[in-house]
Amino acid sequence: MVGIISYGGYIPLWRLSRSAIAAGLKGEKAIAGFDEDSITMAVAAAAECLKGVDRNDIDALILCSTTLPYVEKQSAAILARALDLRKDILTTDITGCLRGGTIGLRIALDMVKSGSAKNVLIAAADCRLGVPESGVERESGDGAAAFLIGETEKPVATVKGQYSVSSELMDVWRSNGETFINTEEDRFIEDEGYLKIVGQAVKGLFSSQGLSAKDFAKAAFYAPSPRCYQALPGTTGLKLDQIQDPLFGKVGNTGTAHALMLLAAALEGAKIGDRLLVASYGDGSDALMLEVNGPNNNGQRTFASYMDNKKIVEDYRRYLKWRGILPLDKSRATVIPKVSMKALMRRQEELLSMNGVKCRACGTVQYPPQRVCTKCRTKDEFDKVRLSDKKGVVYSWSADFGAGGMELPIPTMTDVEGGGRVFCILCDASQEEAKVGMPVEFTLRRGYSQAPPDYIWKAKPAITAE
Amino acid sequence: MESLKDKVAIVGMGCTQFGELWEKSEEDLIVEAAYEAYEDAGIDPKRIQAAWLGNVRTAMRGSALAIPLKLDYIPVTRVENQCCAGTDAFRNACFAIAAGVYDIVLVIGFEKLKDGGPERLTARYNYPDIFPQVPIGLPAQEFALKGTRYFHDYGLSFEEGKKMLSRIAVKNHHNGTMSPKAQFRREITLEQAMKAPMIATPLGLLDACGVSDGAAAAIITRPELAKEFRDDYILVKGIGLACGPKEAQLQAGQDFIHFEENIRAAQAAYREAGITDPLKEIGIAELHDCFTITEAITYEDLGFCPRGKAKEFVEAGVFDIDGELGVNTDGGLKCFGHPLGASGIRMIYEIYKQMQYKAGQRQRKKVRLGLTHNLGGTTGSYTVSVAIFGQKD
Repeated sequence: MVGIISYGGYIPLWRLSRSAIAAGLKGEKAIAGFDEDSITMAVAAAAECLKGVDRNDIDALILCSTTLPYVEKQSAAILARALDLRKDILTTDITGCLRGGTIGLRIALDMVKSGSAKNVLIAAADCRLGVPESGVERESGDGAAAFLIGETEKPVATVKGQYSVSSELMDVWRSNGETFINTEEDRFIEDEGYLKIVGQAVKGLFSSQGLSAKDFAKAAFYAPSPRCYQALPGTTGLKLDQIQDPLFGKVGNTGTAHALMLLAAALEGAKIGDRLLVASYGDGSDALMLEVNGPNNNGQRTFASYMDNKKIVEDYRRYLKWRGILPLDKSRATVIPKVSMKALMRRQEELLSMNGVKCRACGTVQYPPQRVCTKCRTKDEFDKVRLSDKKGVVYSWSADFGAGGMELPIPTMTDVEGGGRVFCILCDASQEEAKVGMPVEFTLRRGYSQAPPDYIWKAKPAITAE
Repeated sequence: MESLKDKVAIVGMGCTQFGELWEKSEEDLIVEAAYEAYEDAGIDPKRIQAAWLGNVRTAMRGSALAIPLKLDYIPVTRVENQCCAGTDAFRNACFAIAAGVYDIVLVIGFEKLKDGGPERLTARYNYPDIFPQVPIGLPAQEFALKGTRYFHDYGLSFEEGKKMLSRIAVKNHHNGTMSPKAQFRREITLEQAMKAPMIATPLGLLDACGVSDGAAAAIITRPELAKEFRDDYILVKGIGLACGPKEAQLQAGQDFIHFEENIRAAQAAYREAGITDPLKEIGIAELHDCFTITEAITYEDLGFCPRGKAKEFVEAGVFDIDGELGVNTDGGLKCFGHPLGASGIRMIYEIYKQMQYKAGQRQRKKVRLGLTHNLGGTTGSYTVSVAIFGQKD
């Protein structure tokens, strides 16, 4: 059967208290850390999705986002290396469209059905910027989701039907070179745009399948605002308790990733045999019908775990600095030497894929890869070892107040399970949390260079899957 | 294998003021250090047959000495070896003397760091050719990791550990008050050191040495020629140099409470000098106190005290200027700052002056053998030099 083999989500640790944006606003929104972007969040979600999967089985990778760091240059290629996928695969970005996640899902399904690929990984992530204090900033959030689509005996779910609508409407847009999202008047966006078009897609799906609202256990809808979510029953005939909580005031509208994150949440709560609906919006709408076949059982982190693990940012200025909206005092900041693209290329295995080597003679795992074994001095007899998906333990740590930059860096020497030692930063943790012996896992984050961005692996406090 | 023992004599030395020398150029530093050494040896500069210079950041060629000193087309070799650059230049110059190729050789270590700001310490490299995974900050974090682990492995609370480190800073600052050429010449209290602003946990501002400009020079020759210049010449007893192959970073489980490079360099130097009981035989030592934790761990690596006993020995005053083994009697890097290439020669200058009983207020009664130590680099791949000096018999 062609279907969903596994899925994974990612919600950053950080939540901006919405009252920091404007007094009286309730709840929070999920925000990418200062060192996160859509690529790093996509890596985190994809790594969850790929737990228990042989990464050499992936034949294609689709990355969906409106907020990739490059306008010219493929971000999926970075994602593929960070995930240590095979090199003879098709990679592509789907950008510029808020319903990119479901478009990616449709393309992945069609690729597998057509036989051009056995297993297609799709990741969606967004980190959208509204003008400070605007409605977009208040209701948006950052996050990611990933789905592995393939032919399998026991899929998590299969897609039984789909219906798409294409629509041209200037309601929400961001032109080349613009930092912030532009929006038309709310009522135009919501009534003439979102509700009308999503309604068309859902009704189209219902009638093409000969089904009605009551036939669905749960429906996962992208929604731009709480008001739109509240209005969905009137447009679709679904009851509000059939609609997956869109997480306003907790995470927010995560753009391209929103529908897929909510689908993942709906799958987690579903029973075998349940019929699910997922619908997106952005220059049209895609509605898909799924049937649940089994659990996502490779120890992926649950949505509940992401929701429970959070740190609140109360200082609006801190958030604005993280997003580059407020400038930093550079008088004492770390000087970033010029990035050597040649060195980045040579050290891609080490820096982007986080691969070490294991000596065939003495078994010592060493990182970064060496030519001559550190222990037995055997030359060029190594096997590759991926460290990015292994656990680690902090051997020693410091907190470098002299390094400057946005957040206090906590350099660590971290020992990796199965061997190897990594000199890396501990992120998502304060100096008060750092401890010798602390269990950690690894996470791709932005490095020191802003233009062009570079990526490095960091350690973060280990969180066990629930 | 032969040794350097008693094959090289120092007959003249010079050392500039160390500090933030905004008004001094590299030329000023080199000329002042060299001419003090010329005058000290009573030598006509024309008799210098070859020169070595130790420098890490600013001088890229031998002409960096030839130009300011107007050397007469003699060979000049630049040595870069991190914080050991000065001592390693001295070591290579010693080989030339011991080999009998030259009779009289000049060695100068210098560094003009303050023109470049803090990035002068790190900016030579193309990112990400080094340290890509960690912030390119100041070197403090490198040694802070050792501090965290030292406290952890010996069960020291943060306060107990800080107290040990602060006691070292207080000692070195006290010694520095008697050093006219030091960058910092003021006492600090234990409380000030313990409460100083954190720079890299657990190291505070007063656990770190400063960043300064400076130069130091030595004129060396064979012992049989040394008498021509002075009676109280100083003899090289042995020099060890060790460069780590990064084992402490590449092999999980390697500890952070010793520097293997320290042990290897000390073994080599002790073997040449014939030292078996360092605490008893060495009277004065200049250790590389870039950070107080480095000095603490180095006591143990060099055999000045047993493993884990640095705190006990420091607090008992063993390494005070009037203690059993005076460490950093001139105030060390703590008070002189660390103009990379200059520091090793500056340390030799202190040993030289102490052995000639010209150290003023800092003069120790008994100097026996003297030791200098430098350590620079990153975890597992430090370069360490240990040099031993003695008075002529």
